[in-house]
Amino acid sequence: MRAAVVIFPGTNREGDMVAALRRAGATDVSLLWHKETALPAVDLVVLPGGFAFGDYLRAGAMAAHSPIMREVVAAAHRGVAVLGVCNGFQVLTEAGLLPGALLRNAAMRFVCRDVHLKVETSNSAFTGGYNAGQVIRVPVAHNDGNFSADRETLARLQDEDRIAFRYCDEAGAANDNPNGSMDCIAGILSESRRVLGMMPHPEDATDPLQGGTDGRGLFEGLVRALQ
Amino acid sequence: MSEITPEVVAEHGLKPDEYERVLAILGRTPNLVELGIFSVMWSEHCSYKSSKRWLKTLPTSGPRVIQGPGENAGVVDIGGGLAAIFKIESHNHPSFIEPYQGAATGVGGILRDVFTMGARPVMNLNALRFGDPAHPKTRHLLAGVVHGIGGYGNCVGVPTVGGEVNFDPAYNGNILVNAMTVGLAPTDRIFYSAAAGAGNPVVYVGAKTGRDGIHGATMASAEFDEKSEEKRPTVQVGDPFTEKLLIEACLELMATDAIIAIQDMGAAGLTSSSFEMASKGGVGVELDLDRVPMREQGMVPYELMLSESQERMLMVLKPGREDLARAVFEKWDLDFAVIGRLTETGRMVLRWHGETVGDLPIDPLAQASPEYDRPWTPTPAAPTDGLPEDVPGDPLDHLKRLIGGPHLCSRRWIWEQYDHLVRGETMQRPGGDAAVVRLPDGRGLAATTDCTPRYCKADPVQGGRQAVAESWRNLTATGAEPLAITNNLNFGNPEKPAIMGQLVGCITGMGEAARALDYPVVSGNVSLYNETEGRAILPTPVIGGIGLIDDLSRMARIAVRPGQTLLIVGETHGHLGQSLLLREIVGRQDGPPPPVDLATERRNGDFVRAQIRGGGIDCCHDLSDGGLIVALAEMCLAGLTGAELDPSPEGLSPAGWLFGEDQGRYLVAVDDAQSLLSAAAAARVPMKRIGTTGGDALQLWDGRAISLEELRGACESWLPAYMAGEA
Repeated sequence: MRAAVVIFPGTNREGDMVAALRRAGATDVSLLWHKETALPAVDLVVLPGGFAFGDYLRAGAMAAHSPIMREVVAAAHRGVAVLGVCNGFQVLTEAGLLPGALLRNAAMRFVCRDVHLKVETSNSAFTGGYNAGQVIRVPVAHNDGNFSADRETLARLQDEDRIAFRYCDEAGAANDNPNGSMDCIAGILSESRRVLGMMPHPEDATDPLQGGTDGRGLFEGLVRALQ
Repeated sequence: MSEITPEVVAEHGLKPDEYERVLAILGRTPNLVELGIFSVMWSEHCSYKSSKRWLKTLPTSGPRVIQGPGENAGVVDIGGGLAAIFKIESHNHPSFIEPYQGAATGVGGILRDVFTMGARPVMNLNALRFGDPAHPKTRHLLAGVVHGIGGYGNCVGVPTVGGEVNFDPAYNGNILVNAMTVGLAPTDRIFYSAAAGAGNPVVYVGAKTGRDGIHGATMASAEFDEKSEEKRPTVQVGDPFTEKLLIEACLELMATDAIIAIQDMGAAGLTSSSFEMASKGGVGVELDLDRVPMREQGMVPYELMLSESQERMLMVLKPGREDLARAVFEKWDLDFAVIGRLTETGRMVLRWHGETVGDLPIDPLAQASPEYDRPWTPTPAAPTDGLPEDVPGDPLDHLKRLIGGPHLCSRRWIWEQYDHLVRGETMQRPGGDAAVVRLPDGRGLAATTDCTPRYCKADPVQGGRQAVAESWRNLTATGAEPLAITNNLNFGNPEKPAIMGQLVGCITGMGEAARALDYPVVSGNVSLYNETEGRAILPTPVIGGIGLIDDLSRMARIAVRPGQTLLIVGETHGHLGQSLLLREIVGRQDGPPPPVDLATERRNGDFVRAQIRGGGIDCCHDLSDGGLIVALAEMCLAGLTGAELDPSPEGLSPAGWLFGEDQGRYLVAVDDAQSLLSAAAAARVPMKRIGTTGGDALQLWDGRAISLEELRGACESWLPAYMAGEA
């Protein structure tokens, strides 16, 4: 699997992402500067976490207009897999590849801690490494992770099995929502199921010394699906 | 240009005798630009004029020390071709006036001190002191400072992995915000600030210069009064996004051979950076101030020299490398301007559109700053008589009150607002004895910040020793080999002999401990005049320590497991003087602090560390505030496992046994107690079984118990409730 990790000014979790991809067996991982205007031939594009353009104006808003994003959007429409984590999820909603918006956390504070996620569907290249209904533990670290969308969009996401992850407690019950997201939504898929945006950081739970390896399934599943 | 009257001199914080010195150096009256430069260069903040004499007594060298105090940060060889570069710095005054920006720019400033030397920052820590929780400003200040530290650190992508927080009414009008950064650099690519090579270009990079922070260094060298809030315009405004770009651009340029010298523009901005670089290199400088990138129109040389706008660096480049460097900074959308040249004159010549507006000799200004041997009186020894040997009541009630109160409750509300995981290398998160991050070669680097101000107030020498010893102990408790420290000396007005006595005492104790533990001081910062309306803060010499873990698979954590035996390392005498139990439960704060026996400290610590590294211990916690039972409660909560305590030893009261704050002690939990007890006996290290782990409650020998659920509720709820205005 060939993967490109996009660097915007202010991106800061590219190293975590590259390490997670490599731990899952991806050998061809490159970094891609946001001012580039051509996308190399890859199977996966990753928009990692950080504060692209300082999150000034609105998280992800300016990055969505970086030169490389035109290519990323086109590639997504061709069916290339695109993963946006945290700030990357915000960029994907601003770029129109995913619906909804990520608002300021309901508690109005940055939150960094482990959360539990229920894998709602295993039907995608990103979630194929898990079983539907499985509960995993991975960290979040964000200021603007409060997923919001209109009722119609929420209903469509639900009906089309496009909710990838929901926040939950250890037992899988929906009563630990770290940011106030509607329907406890932590990650969603595009209509084509080739684009995933999620606020939590599976890349920071891929090594036992990080405190857990539940994030590994996502990357190993991706490598298997896109090999 | 304005006339230099005695009032103008006084407004610049220069004493009459210091101004006489200015006249003697120049042989004429300075103009306003020049006076402003003297003012900031000779401020306490930049010149260390009250503390220098005593700082010289600290041990600063060792086999691993590459660079001790005197550069932007200290540098320690950690093997494998890598150096750890680190420092702690205060931003106390700005944080009291404007907590968000004050704390945020404190983080930004210490990050620059570290990456200016070529290091990629890999962890941030902090040490915070606030006033009485009941004081009307405390909640607002705490919220703002935490928000500011998170706002800056989270954005630049450096994990904030550790720190400490204390409350005391002595900080009501003068909080402390000390920020520490640790970075990594290849040992053969460390950058220094000494300028060299007449004719070489002097280059300004980073953000533009505005009018913020003018005279910040002078403000940080004065006491507060009721008008201090009017100083808000002198607080700088931080932009972590620009800092992130500056980190990347500087490190990218540092990978080439373009840079001769580099220095961040911190306190006293362009003045301090240009004078320090020139003075260290023994060269002169000519600056064309009109070429400085400016944020506002109509700025004048005085403002440009004194502005403390953030996220700026000054560099001397090799000739002909300007275009290479410019391309790097333009890639990152940062300003880049050649603003001057080095000369052989030994003078700083400032020009404004071709006209000379300042001409000063560099060495007399930078090196001949005043140095005072201020009079001091030693702190009288606290009487030992009349201290209670026991405290009535149920020890478990006392425990619940302590752990459910401001001093020992969980700091989760704070550290969950810090991204402590970015970079993916955090191996021990906040909440343990020390934070640990993984190095590129798989080893671990541990770090901690420590100080017990109430001990320092009661006995500065013991308090200074204790701060160093606790730092060393916290690193040891993870299995790390303590390497070196940085210190942040926060004190009141040194012109008062009693305050100066605290400073002298703490430095003396610190030096003794640093020598005895082979734990040299490689960098530091001094913050004096921490007083409001004549009331000084507690003496607060914060120690930031780093240590090395060779094998992360043999690292100790504080979480116990069921079925383990609890063993205490070190001797317990039941010392209750200055203990939290006396202060919080009995309501008295007296007696001497627990003495620190440095030989014992070393023997016990070396034993514990060797056992951790040999695989004999993987669960360990140092004993500090609140003593044995508080440490045990923290270990049980971390391990989701209860414990049952053996009877207290003969001759010790239950309160002394459970809450005494004797030093040099550790609590460990092991599966095989016998072999560890034998090893301790062979090493002549006092060790004793105190109980076992298991169940879901903390139980005393007489059957009284408190459930972990109740303990956790108390421990976790105080801070969120307080911040929500409910406590």
